[in-house]
Amino acid sequence: MSHSTTAPGVLVELPKLSLRESWPWVLFAVLIALLAVYFVGAEQGATSVFAGNAVHEWVHDARHLLGFPCH
Amino acid sequence: MLTLRDFLVRGLLAGLLAGAAAFVVGYVVGEPPVAAAIALEEADGGHTHDTGEAHEEEDAEDAGTEVSRDLQSTLGLATGMLVLGTAMGGLAGIVTGLAVGRFGRASLRGTALAVAGAGFVTLYAVPFLIYPPNPPAVGDGNTIGYRTALYFAMLAISVLGAALAVSIGRNLSAKLGGWYAALAGVGIYLVVVLVALGVMPRYDEVPAEFPASLLYEFRLASVLTQVVLWGVIGVVLAELTHRLASARTPAKTPVASSTR
Repeated sequence: MSHSTTAPGVLVELPKLSLRESWPWVLFAVLIALLAVYFVGAEQGATSVFAGNAVHEWVHDARHLLGFPCH
Repeated sequence: MLTLRDFLVRGLLAGLLAGAAAFVVGYVVGEPPVAAAIALEEADGGHTHDTGEAHEEEDAEDAGTEVSRDLQSTLGLATGMLVLGTAMGGLAGIVTGLAVGRFGRASLRGTALAVAGAGFVTLYAVPFLIYPPNPPAVGDGNTIGYRTALYFAMLAISVLGAALAVSIGRNLSAKLGGWYAALAGVGIYLVVVLVALGVMPRYDEVPAEFPASLLYEFRLASVLTQVVLWGVIGVVLAELTHRLASARTPAKTPVASSTR
């Protein structure tokens, strides 16, 4: 395990994954990631899905430190 | 032979660890300047938001402060970092999985590191160049919609520019070879970014009396947090996928171990 299983310079078998097979998962992952970015980065700032200020306040410090405009 | 599932699972795990590491860094180096900025904000008569229970009475009209500062700086900070870290880790895992084998002889570990590096540059460093993060007490609450729109527009330009660069670069690699194709790709991305930096509106809402050193300390903490986030994603993803690939390779390619 600690040693590489191939001699130096030998190309390890690196198969291409099929885009045709994987695009639905990619699409879904991107949408989920966008949702996560939205709730951490913008909810109850510029726009609100939920009323109030609790989501904004809960992720407030992370939003600032990750670089999103906060208020 | 790794499947997309293998990459996603390891990406999510790398992201979770990265989120935890970013929380620690954010808490240790980020919270002091955030607390100092909030203290300034309060001393200044404070505007409305998130100053903790202390202002509940005076800010009754402002939806109220529902989460105490103690929670915001601990569990709240951890939530944000873990959620964003895991999401970005999962994306990095998937992108790495699809990139493997599509960029010449790039190794699995090299690909994972490059993907994480690209994530840091496109999703943080480039928007930072024009819309750097601001601590509490900086920023006019009335322009939050405008500033958020600009920030996400810059993010979108950066991501689309990177996608364009990768796509053109890959098409050029047959003609130019990997090295010059990569340089061309980077050049294309740079052109897109530089044009955007020149064209996009700018704003500066830092109050004249806000301490420059505190602003610097906060922005440095923000950079450190993101460097750790993407750094851990890259290193852990590289390590885990490489281990898995190594563990599965010998059976398929006995040639490899025959040398010794």
